Amino acid sequence: MNKIVSKEYLSPNVVKFEVEAPLIAKARKAGHFVIVRVGEKGERIPLTIADANTEKGTITLIVQKIGLSTSKLCELNEGDCITDLVGPLGKATHIDNFGTVVCACGGVGTAPMLPIAEAMKKAGNHVITVLAARTKELIILEEQMRKFSDEVIIMTDDGSYGNKGLVTDGVEMVIKRQKVDLCVTIGPAIMMKFVSELTKRYDIPTIASLNTIMVDGTGMCGACRISVGGKTKFVCVDGPEFDAHQVDFDEMLIRLNGYKDIEREQLHKISPNN
Amino acid sequence: MTNFNEERMQPWRVELRNSMKPKDRMEIARVKMPELDPEYRSHTMKEEVNLGLTPEMALMESKRCIDCANPTCVQGCPVAINIPKFIKNIERGEFLEAAKTLKETSVLPAVCGRVCPQEKQCEAQCIHLKTKNEAVAIGHLERFAADYERETGNISIPEIAAPLHKKVAAVGSGPAGLAFAGDMAKMGYEVVLFEALHEIGGVLRYGIPEFRLPNKIVDAEIRNLIAMGVHFVTNCIIGKTITIDDLLAEDYKGIFIGSGAGLPRFMNIKGENLVGIMSSNEYLTRVNLMDAANPESDTPVIKGKKVAVIGGGNTAMDAVRTARRLGAEKAMIVYRRTEQEMPARVEEIKHAKEEGIEFMTLRNPIEYYGDKNGRVTHMLLQVMELGEPDASGRRSPVEVKGKTELVEVDEVIVSVGVSPNPLIPQSVKGLEVTGRGTLVVNEETMQTSIPYIFAGGDIVRGGATVILAMGDGRKAAKGMNEWIRSFT
Repeated sequence: MNKIVSKEYLSPNVVKFEVEAPLIAKARKAGHFVIVRVGEKGERIPLTIADANTEKGTITLIVQKIGLSTSKLCELNEGDCITDLVGPLGKATHIDNFGTVVCACGGVGTAPMLPIAEAMKKAGNHVITVLAARTKELIILEEQMRKFSDEVIIMTDDGSYGNKGLVTDGVEMVIKRQKVDLCVTIGPAIMMKFVSELTKRYDIPTIASLNTIMVDGTGMCGACRISVGGKTKFVCVDGPEFDAHQVDFDEMLIRLNGYKDIEREQLHKISPNN
Repeated sequence: MTNFNEERMQPWRVELRNSMKPKDRMEIARVKMPELDPEYRSHTMKEEVNLGLTPEMALMESKRCIDCANPTCVQGCPVAINIPKFIKNIERGEFLEAAKTLKETSVLPAVCGRVCPQEKQCEAQCIHLKTKNEAVAIGHLERFAADYERETGNISIPEIAAPLHKKVAAVGSGPAGLAFAGDMAKMGYEVVLFEALHEIGGVLRYGIPEFRLPNKIVDAEIRNLIAMGVHFVTNCIIGKTITIDDLLAEDYKGIFIGSGAGLPRFMNIKGENLVGIMSSNEYLTRVNLMDAANPESDTPVIKGKKVAVIGGGNTAMDAVRTARRLGAEKAMIVYRRTEQEMPARVEEIKHAKEEGIEFMTLRNPIEYYGDKNGRVTHMLLQVMELGEPDASGRRSPVEVKGKTELVEVDEVIVSVGVSPNPLIPQSVKGLEVTGRGTLVVNEETMQTSIPYIFAGGDIVRGGATVILAMGDGRKAAKGMNEWIRSFT
């Protein structure tokens, strides 16, 4: 069960896994995620499904090493099994022919954006992808993104590749030059917050795919809850995608940091130098 | 009911009855369950508080039962266990026979003996109460018989009928699904039970803590079902991973939905999304299912020093006692009515108090405040009083205008109830659902508006008890069997 078929490093800290999961491969749609657990003492963490191959019965997961569980996962090799893998979870992305769609993604957020860009393109949209990272080495999936985009704009903080600047600079550049019908944004919460503030100024409908803390991922605990338009929603069942202009990103940022101290301690388990 | 009487007239029962006068039986004091010392146990996570009866204690308690001609206790049991028969088997020293008697009607006796609210069920109907005596400790005796069987390694596997070569599925591995699976397996069906989480047991696993229900007890009951041929599939969400239609395509003849009421309710008051405020489901799942209190576990849990649990049910008691064990100096129950109205078991309330839990009754939170990092620091409580009785006869709480209290907290656990899990109702077209989100069933057969789908437990009742869920599972098994046989 859940055997790793292939493993590939996309950047020094980002690993792409192809995992056996025939039922999930068949059922998943763009926007869906899975919950994985590594080891009998492992925690449950959410990961978006980046791609699937129904013939091979595999799904693709792209993992950034940021803490204990992602590091444990990234240590697994081809042939190893993931202890638990459940999904597909969440609501699928609403795909339609909107016109021009800007996909604004940063860092590992590019992975969950990939299937959305693909579906948007297939639905007849003009897809412009703004792909951002701190430096050149951290840009991932550029080639795949080009396949599903009519245009790819690369942004790096230090200007080591593409344009120098933040993802918002790239998005604003597009907005200023042409009509944008929808913006989809996935990345760190702070990035999505700024993309949302930008597109709100220009009155462009914007969808954000949120990455909150989760435990079960099936709606039974509310660890992932956020405020959308003043109402409490569970990201795992009501989302993960929401109208970005309605999301209380400041609250979400605070909640994401709720276990920061414990997480820092936990890291010592794998590497005492952290 | 006829066989109850026939069994009662068996020579050994008659002899046993005649061996002691009812009056003498009534004079024996109810045996006390030995318990761990409160000071010690409030610092230990996994040791069970109730230690169980010794054989001598069980024998003495069994003598208190006068073996009534009309055993009203049985009517108080949702699965109608033959209570006098198992108790009299204990009295004559046939402990394994007592355990077998329990299994005639219950698949989880070791669980129910521990978590049933007996004072509202079987024990509430005991004849002793009519003479102002304490009821026979039926729950303690049930637990004794089941534990004796397990601990002596003599677990009997119920007789299984010849295989029917017909597949049925159960969705959800909580008490309803387990009871359904056990009965269907006995009748010769091939039973596959699908569970969304990575472990079996539903609320028995993620909800009820080990100090009340040790995991090894749940494991033993599940091993028993596996020995009966029940097949378990974890990490599989019906309606997401595979659909009901997929099951039909794989030739499942009937599907039982026991997906429970796992959706936590929040109060939707200001500040409720601050860090440190969570549902009891999240808190208990972290600690019980994910073993978060164990340093070896990767799952973190906040260990508050001043913890408030909002609510007065069993889940609230479990959460507050867990918080105490994780090191809370001040662990508080905040409840808007008085202790009399609390839905929690009397025993749990008593245990909580002994462990130093503070009870703040006639209080209701109306707002939470946090620090600059968004961590909860205070709760504002509205002082309440009891008003006129409502239609159900329960006095409803009303606020005392202008009277509030500000209380320091660093962790809040919201335990104000659960709603039915909407996953299945949403994913199956044509399934009739009530306004509260529960599934509509025929109360006799547990059949839903879709003939091949049966349902039971909290998905039908809203938040209820383990034994009612089990009773539903058994009824559904009977209903589904009759329905399948009606056309084959």
